[in-house]
Amino acid sequence: MPNNPLSKARDPQILILIFILIFISIFFGVLTGGRILTVQSLQAIAFQLPLLGLLTLAQMTPMLTGGIDLSVVSTANLAGIIIAISMTQLGLSPLLAIILGLALSLGLGALKGFLVAFISIPAIIATLGMMIFIRGVALVITKGYVIAGFPSGFLFLGDGTILGVPLPFIIFLISAIVLYILLNRTRFGIELYLLGSNPTATLFSGVNNRWVTFRVYLLSSFLAGIASIVMTARFNAAQADYGESYLLLTVLACVLGGVNPSGGFGRVSGLVLSTVILQVVATGFNLLRLSSHLASALWGIILILAIVTNRLILARES
Amino acid sequence: MKERFILIDKRIFRQTEFYLLGIIAVLSFFLTLINPKFLTLENWFDLLRSNVFLGIVALGELVVLISGGIDVSFTATATIAQYIMGLIISTYYIDNVLIAFLIPIPIGIALGAINGVLVHYTRVHPVIITISTLNVFFGFLMFLSGGKWLYNFPPSFRNFARVQAFSLTNPKGGEYGFSIFILFWIGLAILTWVILKYLPIGRKIYAIGGNREAARRAGFNLFRIQLFVYCFMGALAGIASFVHAELNQMIQPNSLVGRELDVLAAAILGGASVFGGAGSALGVFLGVCLIAIIKNGLILMRAPAYWHEVIMGAIIVGAAAINAYQRKLKAKREGEIIAQ
Amino acid sequence: MPAISQETQTKPYLALHQVSKKYGGVVALKGVDFTILPGEIHGLVGENGSGKSTLVKIITGVVRPEKGARIEINGQKVEISNPFAAFCLGIQVVHQDLSLFPNLSVAENIVYHRYLEKSQRVVNWRAIEAEATQIMDKLGVELSPQVEVSHLPVADQQLVAICRAIASEARLIILDEPTSSLTRREVNRLFSFLKELKAQGISVLFISHRLDEVLEISDRITVFRDGQKVGTFNQEEVDKNRLSFLMTGKEISFHPVKGTTSESKTEVLKLENLTKKGQYEKVSFSVYRGEILGLIGPRGAGRSEVALTIFGLNPADEGKIYFEGKSVVIDSAQRAIQLGIGYVPENRLLQGLVLEHSVENNLVITVLDQIIGKAGLTDQQKKRNLSQKAVRDFNIKTETVEVPVKTLSGGNQQKVVLAKWMLTSPHLLLLDNPTHGVDVAAKESIYQSIKELSQRGLSFIFISDEEIEVLNNCDRILVMKNGQIIGEFSPAEVSEEELRKMILE
Repeated sequence: MPNNPLSKARDPQILILIFILIFISIFFGVLTGGRILTVQSLQAIAFQLPLLGLLTLAQMTPMLTGGIDLSVVSTANLAGIIIAISMTQLGLSPLLAIILGLALSLGLGALKGFLVAFISIPAIIATLGMMIFIRGVALVITKGYVIAGFPSGFLFLGDGTILGVPLPFIIFLISAIVLYILLNRTRFGIELYLLGSNPTATLFSGVNNRWVTFRVYLLSSFLAGIASIVMTARFNAAQADYGESYLLLTVLACVLGGVNPSGGFGRVSGLVLSTVILQVVATGFNLLRLSSHLASALWGIILILAIVTNRLILARES
Repeated sequence: MKERFILIDKRIFRQTEFYLLGIIAVLSFFLTLINPKFLTLENWFDLLRSNVFLGIVALGELVVLISGGIDVSFTATATIAQYIMGLIISTYYIDNVLIAFLIPIPIGIALGAINGVLVHYTRVHPVIITISTLNVFFGFLMFLSGGKWLYNFPPSFRNFARVQAFSLTNPKGGEYGFSIFILFWIGLAILTWVILKYLPIGRKIYAIGGNREAARRAGFNLFRIQLFVYCFMGALAGIASFVHAELNQMIQPNSLVGRELDVLAAAILGGASVFGGAGSALGVFLGVCLIAIIKNGLILMRAPAYWHEVIMGAIIVGAAAINAYQRKLKAKREGEIIAQ
Repeated sequence: MPAISQETQTKPYLALHQVSKKYGGVVALKGVDFTILPGEIHGLVGENGSGKSTLVKIITGVVRPEKGARIEINGQKVEISNPFAAFCLGIQVVHQDLSLFPNLSVAENIVYHRYLEKSQRVVNWRAIEAEATQIMDKLGVELSPQVEVSHLPVADQQLVAICRAIASEARLIILDEPTSSLTRREVNRLFSFLKELKAQGISVLFISHRLDEVLEISDRITVFRDGQKVGTFNQEEVDKNRLSFLMTGKEISFHPVKGTTSESKTEVLKLENLTKKGQYEKVSFSVYRGEILGLIGPRGAGRSEVALTIFGLNPADEGKIYFEGKSVVIDSAQRAIQLGIGYVPENRLLQGLVLEHSVENNLVITVLDQIIGKAGLTDQQKKRNLSQKAVRDFNIKTETVEVPVKTLSGGNQQKVVLAKWMLTSPHLLLLDNPTHGVDVAAKESIYQSIKELSQRGLSFIFISDEEIEVLNNCDRILVMKNGQIIGEFSPAEVSEEELRKMILE
């Protein structure tokens, strides 16, 4: 992609990820006697991956600006609860419920964007406060209970397939492609990448920094809203504190995928690869009947190894 | 001495500790009006006791934050420390609280040292490093322990939980006391204050958080400072985990993990800066007290407990907004332009 | 301090013999001999990359010289193998960024080295403050030892940084561009302070791009060029023209390069009683087509603030702005760009460029709406054409437009900043101190570009620190002080001395 805002020097990162993916696939392929490469396993991966994948995409845009959104998971949970209540207690159609859920996500995104961009609160503090606040609202609404039992039309979004491809995976791919276009082929995207590296320079070049930052949180929360659809449909339930362990994992997946935590660099393709890697590890462990906790330990080790290797390469270069 | 403390930390004192005391006073006043029970020593002792874990680890987080770092792995550290302690004392039936107390501390320090080494040598943002180690530590613990709960500890361990520093009698004749664990907390708060204020390492921690490059040029041993900071966090996590196990008389591998950000919130509420270089032990102590009062007030008002998160979140956002607004006004006065 | 006898004064405090340094294959320093006398203020000048900073790094132990070098302090051979060794020998650097701890008190910043001593187990606040006060008293600095450094103005921070160097018993203090963010009044204070150091037998190595100041304060001046020492001169032996010739090897005239004054009187911008509380008051002036309008005055006078108001980033409280005859409200940078106003900030590396990103994106950032094609998506071909044309037009030396800007040389980076504004086809460019921290040769090429563009009808507001610069390059000069315009001159009717006097008074 000659038009990518990243320089060519960054390409090796994607190659390293592909290499890791191939290595891990072969590794688990051998250990599981090829079971991980069966249609069934691949389908399982494609069913499980989108939730983390979508949340990671939601985490990506704030991180590209050098910020972070600690409230992606709580936003998704609250949106899921609204969707669930709309269908079960208000009797709305799934479509209307989804629209309500996405509207709520956008509203929350606007609030976060307002706090970060216009009030200038450091993102980590603003979204930490928002995370606790949103989780609290979700608890107040649900009183801590699970809301379950949705119409089958809605559940199809979680367990349906089209030509054998799971629907959640299709939703994930479409979201990734749209995000890719937004980041690489629009004015917003170019401004976002440049702002992530040097906000002072973009301000002095006539970029409306506040407006860009505001939209970043809007976009992030909207993606969290999409994640909430997949989550609610897959679990057939919504709750205030589902998937909280995913929060730190989204940051981990972003970094593994090459997003620079201080902003300015990171590709959608890297993120897709990193979430696939994490999911293959999880599925591989599952097939080997190993604890999922061991998988999460391995995720941490993979990231640390990636960081240390990076460091060693840099040290050798200089 | 007091006077000098105020002079040096004038700005911080005015801004954070003062506001916190004010909010606590106003809040206490209204809560007492609503339910006179609030302003009883019994209620206060209880309130403090139930927040000892939060209070102790927040002190550790404070020190990490001042140095310009951040640690979100301490819940896993604390869980591992208390789990190993629980295994040892129940397996070998060690009926000695002192030994039980001493087990988790070196474990915490060792795990903290891993963080310190990684943060220093990789030069990657500490939030990324500690998220990774959180996953690794907790993953291995859950895998190895199988998530099994531990209970049935030796009598001395059970009895220690009931030790009171002193006890009083309420008007109705019931006895209540000042739990020994509150003394742990206060003692550690004083220790943290002394380290930060009166030991060279403490001043170096502020220095490195204020200007890292200058600290390097000044010849400070950055590695040693960072190692100390993360080990201190680990040690406090170890002590806090002992207190937690004592108070619950049960060790569940998954009861602490997930509370990282609440602790971070307490430290920030207490005036620690996520950019490093600022914060005080007194502020964080008051920050935790404020959180405790809100939780307690809701209970006394018979409001459902889950409202406290809504209020907490609103307070953090509100405090940060006021802070940001003041900074903006100041920048405007000085004609600065804030890019982001 | 006892008076220094004639005998020891002639013996150098620091002497370097045959010092060389190679980085990879590149020679940064070649066979340099260099001495600093005790109680001497020694100026060090040279263009960027001339070897000055390598020399300082060797003296301060940051890098080791090649074999064959000999370093002596007070006649004794020494090895300066790391910064701590330099510190122990009494060599201290005050970096351009000052390297202070903003969140610590003045006292702690001055005597921080106490924290490095093993014997210091507990911090004795009383002793620390007393010691700091004593050092400040010795040098006549009046600051509260308890105040937090971040609350001090930069000039005071500078003094704190120097006091800190004295505190650790420095015999040689190296000042790296110490005046770059000071007002003239503050520079005067610094200079009298340096003379105080000199009286106490402490040597100062004064590194600066500002030749006037180097000539004013130094006893001897050493000139570097291309990694070699050109020579060391007594202050009386050289003047500004001589120094810049020695630095560049080229005769650079400090005489007007401007030719035509614009005869056309089409008004491009007109300010009427522009006021912003605390920044500037009742500022009124006009800029004409093809004119270069100089704006000079001490820092803090409100020059940049007015420029930022015109650029929409610092809206005024009162007053009117007319642009090309129409009354306009400029409430954002976007609006300013739309009108045809561009702003070249003072710090190009921090404010002008996104160094890690491609030349292309840095160029098109100001004209993104021109490259939006179908469905709101960027037209990649258009983007490429636009950026490649800019590279050709400004003769920017770069491999492709995709490489990060940071891979370009300093001069080419400056061209990228100028080119990105020219893409917006501006009618008025605001230059905020465009030659700040730039070496002599690069300054010349900046003046040249401005000249050429103005002849094509572009107007400029040229903010500057240096009187001579506006005299030589501007069609008209405004002097600003304490937020007000206090005078307007044509370069012909005012001399450098008169201008300087006006600014200082």
